[in-house]
Amino acid sequence: MILKFRNIQLVSLTNEIIQQKLIEKFGEELANFEEPYGMLTFEAPKDINLKVLQFLFDDEILQFKFMTDLCAVHYPDNVGRELAVVYHLHNLVDNIRIRFKVFTNINNTDVFTASKLFAAANWMERETYDFYGINFVGHSNLKRILNVDEMDYFPMRKEFPLEDQTRTDKDDEMFGRGRLN
Amino acid sequence: MRPVRFNIFGKEANIADAVATVQPPPGFGGEGFFTSKMSDVVGLARKNSLWPLPFATSCCGIEFMATMGSHYDLSRFGSERVGFSPRQCDLLMVMGTISKKMGPVLRQVYLQMAEPRWVMAVGACASSGGIFDTYSVLQGIDQVIPVDVYVPGCPPRPEAIIDGFMRIQDLVGQESVRRRNGAQYQALMTSYGID
Repeated sequence: MILKFRNIQLVSLTNEIIQQKLIEKFGEELANFEEPYGMLTFEAPKDINLKVLQFLFDDEILQFKFMTDLCAVHYPDNVGRELAVVYHLHNLVDNIRIRFKVFTNINNTDVFTASKLFAAANWMERETYDFYGINFVGHSNLKRILNVDEMDYFPMRKEFPLEDQTRTDKDDEMFGRGRLN
Repeated sequence: MRPVRFNIFGKEANIADAVATVQPPPGFGGEGFFTSKMSDVVGLARKNSLWPLPFATSCCGIEFMATMGSHYDLSRFGSERVGFSPRQCDLLMVMGTISKKMGPVLRQVYLQMAEPRWVMAVGACASSGGIFDTYSVLQGIDQVIPVDVYVPGCPPRPEAIIDGFMRIQDLVGQESVRRRNGAQYQALMTSYGID
């Protein structure tokens, strides 16, 4: 897309340019490029997540210097890569957002921390650890932030039902999840 | 002329109809003296001077604000003074969802109150967890502190909160002055891990 602005020609950043620059740098390591609702989405092996983030941050054209969100998703059927860590990045100059995912095995959830690069990741990585049990290697204070400290599981993982399992006063049959169901 | 006319047989307001006075306890009286039971007199004084401590975390707290306002006016029952220090208050009114993380805070507030103390759980969440049957919400405050009166509703209307308050007043008025030293009360406190 070419914009005329005060007689200066500006070539604004597009998804195609971002994808091209990423493939130039990392080649076959990046996979599954998609554009759901126009937002460029791709994934990388988890051990190069910081290299990709650093490249997106430092590159003079890409300039993804703002992390808007960091969270995880649990795909229990996705054996060997059950947990996805999702980064949402924003280029404030060209106002473009991208989504970057890394997948990890549920039995070894080590992922390098992005908190040295983005200060915002500090809080969000604690939250992600709290709910999904992702072990962010290198995080300065990785402990529960929203749930009670005594909690001994990661409640957003799919194997844990939404309902509180400790209560005894509710008759399950009245809530459609008992024997009659 | 208006089609409907109200109060066509209007009568003069009588102030005595609008003012309720507290009846004295049963006893024996005469010219210049009155005898009664100590516990009745203490109960009468206590029940008409309860200081509520509002512990409002969500929408039931909004209903409580209406209850304290001039229209419903909880101060009619002698609870003019809403205290925000647990040391001074008699009645802990818990209004709203209490998350598990808030549980120890609520318990601490309860422990800071001096005996005698009463607790009212207002609304479905404080009473049972309500619709929040989930990992993060305390399933009723009676899991961490003893509760005297439960007010159902989601949220309860101010009338319901006032009704619950009057049930508390009944308990306070009838309570024996020795109850808090009794073995049953001690057992209740012990069951909550409070000494």
